[in-house]
Amino acid sequence: MQPLVHAVEGFMYPNEVELQWSILIVLYPFITGLVAGAFILASLERVFQVEEVKPTYRLALLTALAFLIVAPLPLQLHLGHPERSLEMFLTPHTSSAMAMFGFVYLWYLMAVLVVEIWLDYRKDIVLLAQSSRGPLRWVYRVMTLGSTNISARSLRLDDKTGYIITVIGIPSAFLLHGYVGFIFGSVKANPWWSTPLMPIVFLFSAIVSGIALVMLMYIATTRIRKQRLDMRCLDTISRYLFYAFLTDFSLEMLDLIHRIYEADESFKSLDFMVHTRLYFSHILLQIVLGTLLPLALLAYTQLFRPGEARRKVIYSLAGVLTLIGIFAMRWNVVIGGQLFSKSFLGYTTYKMEFATREGLLPAIALMILPFAILWGLVKLLPPWHEESVQTLGGGHGGLSR
Amino acid sequence: MSITRRDVITQSAKLLILTPAAAAFLDYLRGETTELEPKYKIAEHYWAMTIDIDKCIGCGNCVRACASENDVPDGYFRTWVERYQIDAWPDEHPRVDSPNGGHDGFPQSKAPGAKSFFVPKLCNHCAHSPCVQVCPVGATFETQDGLVLVDKSYCLGCRYCVQACPYGCRYIDPRKQTVDKCSFCYHRISKGLTTACCETCPTSARTIGDLKNPKDPIHEFLRDNSVQVLKPHMATGAKAYYKSLDQSVR
Amino acid sequence: MKDAAHLLRLAALFAAGIIFFLLVRQIAVPAGFGKYGHFRPGAIDDVRARPISFAGKAQCEMCHPDQLKALLSGKHAHVACEACHGPQAKHALADDPMANKPVLPDTRVLCVRCHEANSAKPKKFPQVASADHSGGEACKSCHVPHRPQMN
Repeated sequence: MQPLVHAVEGFMYPNEVELQWSILIVLYPFITGLVAGAFILASLERVFQVEEVKPTYRLALLTALAFLIVAPLPLQLHLGHPERSLEMFLTPHTSSAMAMFGFVYLWYLMAVLVVEIWLDYRKDIVLLAQSSRGPLRWVYRVMTLGSTNISARSLRLDDKTGYIITVIGIPSAFLLHGYVGFIFGSVKANPWWSTPLMPIVFLFSAIVSGIALVMLMYIATTRIRKQRLDMRCLDTISRYLFYAFLTDFSLEMLDLIHRIYEADESFKSLDFMVHTRLYFSHILLQIVLGTLLPLALLAYTQLFRPGEARRKVIYSLAGVLTLIGIFAMRWNVVIGGQLFSKSFLGYTTYKMEFATREGLLPAIALMILPFAILWGLVKLLPPWHEESVQTLGGGHGGLSR
Repeated sequence: MSITRRDVITQSAKLLILTPAAAAFLDYLRGETTELEPKYKIAEHYWAMTIDIDKCIGCGNCVRACASENDVPDGYFRTWVERYQIDAWPDEHPRVDSPNGGHDGFPQSKAPGAKSFFVPKLCNHCAHSPCVQVCPVGATFETQDGLVLVDKSYCLGCRYCVQACPYGCRYIDPRKQTVDKCSFCYHRISKGLTTACCETCPTSARTIGDLKNPKDPIHEFLRDNSVQVLKPHMATGAKAYYKSLDQSVR
Repeated sequence: MKDAAHLLRLAALFAAGIIFFLLVRQIAVPAGFGKYGHFRPGAIDDVRARPISFAGKAQCEMCHPDQLKALLSGKHAHVACEACHGPQAKHALADDPMANKPVLPDTRVLCVRCHEANSAKPKKFPQVASADHSGGEACKSCHVPHRPQMN
């Protein structure tokens, strides 16, 4: 690949001109953020007894799983040698935050998310194993792990175990996404990234994005199923979204104020970058459209209590804007951190290609894929009461839940 | 099916004993097969480089020699030369250029009256290297003789080390999709030769030195001159020592 | 315990997975990894195995003592042979050096690399504006490269 000499303004170290981390590396924290946030929303009900959000519990878990399955893919596509990724498991370098990826991911996927979903769905799985036909029957049978025990006592045991898993799952979710923040925040060479606030900002923006996603998924799936939206649930979710967003915004403003006040050697260069090359993605997309506007919309619903129809529109709009804003935040961190020279004397440009390994096309495909997987998961493990009754009503007869 | 508590304990105990036994057996079967070169004793050396700014003429010999010796791809640099031009004080913004890394020398400056000088740069082989710290698998590492090296057959190409280096000395070799950087010509210095850049520097502005060799001229150099490393506030333990490094150098 | 059987199976599955991982690890971790630090010791050998391109002044000295004598009497005494002549390991270290006979560099292009006047060069370093100095003539027409001074 030819170095982008023509796209350089000022001076950059010769090896700095080409960006190292592409849009795929923007996608990865966005995706794991959605996972962590969706899980936190699910745990609100499970651990903190916020039973208003129960209608979204299973949906949140399945959404988290669908996105978690896709999460390693942008990383694999980005690596120079993906066939060597097993090395992260074999010889992890314990001083590197990135080395914990494999273990944290596997732990969170298997010991937290899959187990929690299994425990919550186990009764349905056993019943579906008995009632379904064809190859699907074998899928369910494998998932039962050979046990058909759905006695009241066993289900109570499942419930207790699930509670413990969720309790462990909350710090695990923090770790899953927090370590990504640490990967950036601990790089002393890069002043745009290096701040102790980075893991916390990442985490709160993850929670915000995850809640927004589940809220949008709930609205969308309820509409598709032609059911009635539980407004009490939606109002509660949006309230948590509002609080999380306020916290996230405060943290980001704290970072900004701190930078402006201290004005260290990097400040002039970074300030110039934000006002020129990052103007659209940072000021317009992330701050105005992606944070201030959804905050204002949500504040409006909190303060003025508009009618149901209006609230639905506002929540949907706020949700979409939030997701755009959080994506922009990831973009600004990852790409922004590579646009300026470490000599503080120049800038380069990010030339995103389209149909190459790290181009826009695979990025779009990777964002669509989780929804395809979620569709499959919803079919396999229906989150909704009525559908599971319909599936079982035929062969098995009566089911009490 | 009824499983008693006793069964669980017995089964777990069996597994706990059998697994390390199996592991030890496999280890025995594979054996250890590495052998380092006996003539060069790693423990007897500790390498560093000295660069004299007063002597650098920006000829680019070092850049060309390194590219030739180490098969460096076009557009990427294991070493490069920067030119600084400072017009006025306070010098908040020196003019810096490095046309093709200094590979073909430098064109004449447009402001001949300015204070100007050349600064050759390379990997500093930091004693507390941030790049080694962040490598997730151990594909870049510090050796006992003071070098930071890359294991190209182990590198994943994740680029974290490139991000972590404050000096911009690492790059991804597009042909191999692994990271590469200056190795202090380890293949030469371990055979008693000097590095390619030091060999071809016509003014001896660059010199490799062995800090563990009491007769090495580097000791006199470091003792008798004011020396500085790049970005000392980063506390990387950089081992490229510059004489007459101006405060404007980034 | 009966009602917890499925949980025990789950635990057993996890245990099996961990054991499988540990065994794979034994097989797949490169030999000797970690012996000298967190890296594969073979990597040091790999770096050292790179072929040499520049033979070094000492090698040239062995066959060209006359050139070296001239060099040492002049201003280019501390300049390495290969600084001007380019990498010559193929020539110097070969069984038949004449098989890779070096090509003499063109002084019109070679000398100006160091001696073309540039305000960033140290003031005391000999430099000229070549167009004014030689009017396009090769430096060799007046200067002897191995002993470049004019007296």
